[in-house]
Amino acid sequence: MTFRSPDLAGLDAAAAGVEGPRISPLHDAHAAAGATFTDFAGWQMPVRYTSDLAEHHAVRTAAGLFDLSHMGEIFVVGPGAADALDNAVTGRMSALAVDQAKYTLMLFRTGGVLDDLIVYRTGEDRFLVVANAGNRAAVADVLRERVEGFDAVVEDETDDIALIAIQGPRSTEIVEDVESLTVEGTTLADALAALRYYRVLHATFDGLPVLIARTGYTGEIGYEIFVAPDKVRALWDSLLETGAGAGLVPAGLAARDTLRLEAGMPLYGHELGLDVLPRQAGLGRAVVTALPDGSDRAFAGRDGVVADTPPEPDSLLADRVLVGLASEGRRAGRAGYAVLGATGERVGVVTSGALSPTLGHPIAMAYVDAEVSRVGTELAIDVRGSALPATVIALPFYKKTAPIAAPAGPSATA
Amino acid sequence: MTSENDLKYTAEHEWLDADGSVATVGITAYAANQLGDIVYVDLPAVGAAVEAGTTIGEIESTKSVGDLYAPVTGTVVEVNEAVASAPETVNSDPLGDGWLVKIEFTELPALLGFDEYKALTA
Repeated sequence: MTFRSPDLAGLDAAAAGVEGPRISPLHDAHAAAGATFTDFAGWQMPVRYTSDLAEHHAVRTAAGLFDLSHMGEIFVVGPGAADALDNAVTGRMSALAVDQAKYTLMLFRTGGVLDDLIVYRTGEDRFLVVANAGNRAAVADVLRERVEGFDAVVEDETDDIALIAIQGPRSTEIVEDVESLTVEGTTLADALAALRYYRVLHATFDGLPVLIARTGYTGEIGYEIFVAPDKVRALWDSLLETGAGAGLVPAGLAARDTLRLEAGMPLYGHELGLDVLPRQAGLGRAVVTALPDGSDRAFAGRDGVVADTPPEPDSLLADRVLVGLASEGRRAGRAGYAVLGATGERVGVVTSGALSPTLGHPIAMAYVDAEVSRVGTELAIDVRGSALPATVIALPFYKKTAPIAAPAGPSATA
Repeated sequence: MTSENDLKYTAEHEWLDADGSVATVGITAYAANQLGDIVYVDLPAVGAAVEAGTTIGEIESTKSVGDLYAPVTGTVVEVNEAVASAPETVNSDPLGDGWLVKIEFTELPALLGFDEYKALTA
């Protein structure tokens, strides 16, 4: 047999502008746990440890631990940092309170998406921008261009910061029980209980500062923890040890991808790219075109967004909009498969798809013509020559029954 | 079941266990592991004539799709109906209960031995 659709292969090292595969500071831990590795944006990252389905279910029912050390951490620092970021991205970062975070987009001048980001305001004049691994260099370069003229500097600290995520309904009880993880002036349990979605907490692990953010990419409650690379192994091991009784398992990129797909969260390179306007991806709310007083807000890419013309007219995504598709059976539409209309004509393309581990039926995200994007529309996916019926349904496919306070947008991207 | 040392292999990660004129065919543990959790198996019909090196089925995991090739030319005499309803068997026992098809053949092509196959996946 041959492997035909390595959906997870994502971006290759060349595209990421990285030489050779890079190794996470947790590589030895993954190897010892029996991980299968994949190249992801130039990094050797664990795709699964034992079973992607078991890891997926663990996150939905207990908790999973993810290594996200490949993601980019770029700081914008200085008295003009807030204004500089307001100019550089689609949201008003100056409106963030200290220790608040926001999902936002960085656009090219055409209005196409350069990257989706989470920006954490970690101090009055200090913002942490978390970028996708494959876009890290581009985001840092563009930020440097866009802070010119502002009293701010850009510092790419990706190599000095490791990132892990613990996600799932039992995350909180596990994190609060980790010895050596403490906060000043209160107990960690109280601090976590008070930590709202898209907020960050300054803590210490083994005496060194760590940042605990209540963000994630799974649709479950959880935390993303920024920590020094030389401490990440100790924190990883402590979490696994503390959480073993609660069902915490290490989870790979395969589970991360099916979790985010069920949660309807876009993945750069699939649902987002330079050929996509935010509106097409359903992310119009992340683009703030007016100031509170009603006047026009200036930011890079504004002209493209306002013009509302396809950034790349030849793209299969041009003029189409993102929808969710649900099917019966077990065969899933995969990225790149054609979406067909009532008479078999091509009306779109799948950007991500899988047999949903939680729902038990195939789901897909696809860009389709606006005329066939209404919820309930019956379409089909060309699954290697056979037309698999698929119905347009509202995103997300999966929503926690006891909802976490819904924010605008997903989290730190793959 | 024959031990993995005695099976024959293809470079496309199928294994073959020839007993007289009938070969039992499956995919290797390496292939099952690379695919991840297998959720769908599409196998040829009993009676189908198959030609070595051509696609005879599909194996889907949550993350990817694999093509299954016939390692030998012949006629499909039996398919493993149990894996169609429980595809995870291919992950849990790829060389045993996770077998896929039995093909009646007249002549075996050149195939890899265990050591040769192992070297491919090292």
